[in-house]
Amino acid sequence: MFEQIIYYIFAGLLIFSASMVITVRNPVMAALFLVLSFFSSAAIWLLLEAEFLAIALVLVYVGAVMVLFLFVVMMLDVNLAPLREGFARYLPVGVTVAVLMMIAMGLVVSSSYFKSDEISAPVTLGPGYSNTTELGQALYTDYLYPFEIAGAILLVAIIAAISLTTRKPRSTKAQQPALQVQVRKEDRIKIIKMEAEKQ
Amino acid sequence: MIVLSDVLILAAILFCISVAGIFINRKNVIILLMCIELMLLSVNMNFIAFSHFLHDINGQVFVFFILTVAAAESAIGLAILVVLFRNRQTINVDDLDTMKG
Repeated sequence: MFEQIIYYIFAGLLIFSASMVITVRNPVMAALFLVLSFFSSAAIWLLLEAEFLAIALVLVYVGAVMVLFLFVVMMLDVNLAPLREGFARYLPVGVTVAVLMMIAMGLVVSSSYFKSDEISAPVTLGPGYSNTTELGQALYTDYLYPFEIAGAILLVAIIAAISLTTRKPRSTKAQQPALQVQVRKEDRIKIIKMEAEKQ
Repeated sequence: MIVLSDVLILAAILFCISVAGIFINRKNVIILLMCIELMLLSVNMNFIAFSHFLHDINGQVFVFFILTVAAAESAIGLAILVVLFRNRQTINVDDLDTMKG
């Protein structure tokens, strides 16, 4: 019962903050509401006994990705007025699509059709159970190669992000030894034939 | 006691909110990226719910990989956004019609 109350509090907070993300005017506020929705979903993941991933969500997402979002939002000097133009125009379409999709998904996953009541309630694991240990064992045995590929993907992302955003130095006066060595006599000296002038 | 369909319906609501967000904020690239993050979050919540109720750790491994790919995606997306803003001085989707798409 207590667990259920906590679940509904955080679920309400999650839905509230997600709807504020898409409706709020200022992108900085949207990023901060996105942080709130990550926090509340991390709390729900804790209730579902996925402790490692809940902490990883807070550390990786709130700590790194959302800081990156805030950094970019504050760095770009964006004129907000033209970006809000189609808001009222597209609102009915968006709400209609969302409600239809919600009805379709609700029919599928609601407990009467999905028979989720028949799935046995999970046994509460004791304090000796370590989610991190179990996840680590799965990750380093069965999923070792995908884990390595995930590391390679992160490396590619680092290189791509840095190489996209580095600016070339504008006009430095450095010498280029390769060009200096390659220079030929014809490039520098021009021999002109001309008549000798009379005194 | 939380049942499985509670979490599944919560994730479905979250997904629908983010789809509506993509429709509403279709001019602002930053909000579009945030809506994609919300979608990935709802998918992750489904994975974790099934992992909890079916006693299977493999669902959580998939959430780990989705988090990795989502972090890489948002980093590259924001880098592209910065380059875009530097070149065009706008992030309005309507102005990005160089390729006549």
